[in-house]
Amino acid sequence: MSDKNQTGPIQYKFETNVVAMFLITLGLVSVGGIVEIVPLFYLDETMEHNQHKEILWDRQEGQTLNDWQAGDGVRPYTPLELMGRKVYLREGCYLCHSQMIRPFRDEKERYGHYSLASESIYDHPFQWGSKRTGPDLARVGGKYSDDWHRLHLEAPRSVVPESVMPNYPWLAKAPVDAENTMKHMEVMRNMAINPAPYTDADMASVAAEVEGKTELDALVDYLQVLGTMVKFDESKDYR
Amino acid sequence: MQASLDQKYNFEIIKWFTVSAVIYLVVGTAVGVLIASQLAWPVLNFDIAELTFGRLRPLHTNAVIFAFGGMSLMATSYYSVQRTCGVRIWSDKLAWFVFWGWTAIIVSAVITLPLGITQSKEYAELEWPIDIAIAVVWVAYTLNFVMTLATRKTKHIYVSNWFFLSMMVMITLLHVVNSLAVPVDMFNSYSVFSGVQDAMIQWWWGHNAVGFYLTAGFLGIMYYFVPKQAGRPVFSYRLSVIHFWALTFGYVWLGAHHLQYTALPDWTGSVGAAISLAMIIPSWGGAINGMMTLSGAWDKLRTDYVLRFLIVSLAFYAMSTFEGPVMSAKTVNALSHYTDWTIGHVHSGALGWVAMVAAGAIYHLVMKLWNTKMYSESLINAHFWLATIGTVVYIIAMWVSGIMQGLMWRDYDQFGTLTYTFAESVAAMHPYYAMRAVGGLIYWTGGVLMLYNVIMTIRMATSEKSVSSAATATA
Repeated sequence: MSDKNQTGPIQYKFETNVVAMFLITLGLVSVGGIVEIVPLFYLDETMEHNQHKEILWDRQEGQTLNDWQAGDGVRPYTPLELMGRKVYLREGCYLCHSQMIRPFRDEKERYGHYSLASESIYDHPFQWGSKRTGPDLARVGGKYSDDWHRLHLEAPRSVVPESVMPNYPWLAKAPVDAENTMKHMEVMRNMAINPAPYTDADMASVAAEVEGKTELDALVDYLQVLGTMVKFDESKDYR
Repeated sequence: MQASLDQKYNFEIIKWFTVSAVIYLVVGTAVGVLIASQLAWPVLNFDIAELTFGRLRPLHTNAVIFAFGGMSLMATSYYSVQRTCGVRIWSDKLAWFVFWGWTAIIVSAVITLPLGITQSKEYAELEWPIDIAIAVVWVAYTLNFVMTLATRKTKHIYVSNWFFLSMMVMITLLHVVNSLAVPVDMFNSYSVFSGVQDAMIQWWWGHNAVGFYLTAGFLGIMYYFVPKQAGRPVFSYRLSVIHFWALTFGYVWLGAHHLQYTALPDWTGSVGAAISLAMIIPSWGGAINGMMTLSGAWDKLRTDYVLRFLIVSLAFYAMSTFEGPVMSAKTVNALSHYTDWTIGHVHSGALGWVAMVAAGAIYHLVMKLWNTKMYSESLINAHFWLATIGTVVYIIAMWVSGIMQGLMWRDYDQFGTLTYTFAESVAAMHPYYAMRAVGGLIYWTGGVLMLYNVIMTIRMATSEKSVSSAATATA
């Protein structure tokens, strides 16, 4: 290093003092994260429901999760949907399927209205994905029948010959456990950030909701609710 | 000479890290070849839950990044920090704790991921008890490194150590924040963050696992092993100063470019894209700095196969760090996002840059640690060509399939309707998925040759040593 004598005084300080080097590095690497992440927690524009209240379900006193109708607004998952979502996470579905429609003409025609941030407010963790080996699922709810989903999950190539998706024959044999479901609901209800607003009545209904259900039932329920929560007004620009 | 070096430095621990790295390279890429083949021939999922793509893909990424990458980083950083500081590693015990701790984490990943025990955050799938273990072992690794720097005999801290240090600091921060989760039980937990904030935090982690773990850390390898193997000083000290500070400050911002046109606010994605473009400057500065270190000694590339690995890895580094900013530009990203192009980009970095620079450093280490020549020079050369050709086949397959997917999805026919169904685009990928699996298989074969070569070298070196010590005893 022939030009070592060109070391400036500041560089010299860091280069000869490990504590200084450690601290300046810690400082520098923190800046980008702070600037990009922290505002997302307090800027109102981040979540569309701050401007458009109707995006979130306005639940009335005494209403159960079953009183919700498609289009009523974003609500927390039912006990069965939550366990279906757990299967979705466990099997790594997010590795091949996104749940995030971008505001392009072709995506609108193929998948539906572009996704909103408020739509994934109860998604711990988010399921936007990064790859479409299979199609986007953000609005797959209601597109196919429950029976189609069952066939497709058991043996995808029986309904879509081109598919490269694995078969999932074990889901129909695995029962959903009520006690376990309860624990998952409790965690979601007590989240520090964006908790699922379950009522005591919701919690009391868990055992009845998952009684006799399999993981396949749960996953189909989850898939069928995806993207059906918000009723979009085509004349509105949500972003 | 070697005997005194063996006493002065802790070479024993480096040997363990080094051999582990080679084994995990072969294992991690083998899983990669399997899952690549599953996408071409889905029958290879065998209808067994533990072997499906969705469960094995996290195993592949964790094995290559954290098992192979981690062991490579620990071997090279603990070796070069001792050599550049002129002192033994600060604590032998702590170093052994790091080795066995990291090994235990890898074993637990191999068990839990196929069982579907996952936090389902990309590149951070391991469940919360393992996450805690990672934090503990990682801090121990960092502490031992920093304390070795603190006890150094030299006035200046050598440049490779800056890069290793920045990696350790950043990964600690990223891992702790991104892994914050509320446990349901021992094997289940949910991220404390949700939706848009979770997405940004995940990609802040995701891109910096690449930016710091797989880039800054491996640049630390480059700054020590390229000059050593070439027998020449680093081309420009000034360039390395610029390279280091710009990379340390800038890389952190890039995660947002993974979320362009999503529900992440537009300003965040744009900031990420702008800084991504600017990152070409430090990245190319570093690549030039490494390659020009050979200035005046280019003829060595003809005879020194280890040097070939190091220099070609820098060519892939330069290529990937050009491709990355291009893909982060919004117009390109609109096409490339969600496609195989991203997978191709990651692998030109992972196979071409990370694994090639690590292979060069590992060959150098094996020869130094066992004080011998490699068992076979021609096997190194064969490995070099298999690695290069395998990488090129892989990334060409993914470029074609990725761009094709992007174009098919947005194609309209003369009547203004979408030309292709999604299923048609899946069918069109088949030849390229098969080609990708072949590229991976070629690359894996090179890794197997390396493992064989390393084992034979160690056997040769240890038997020679026992013969010579026996000869000394009888004399």
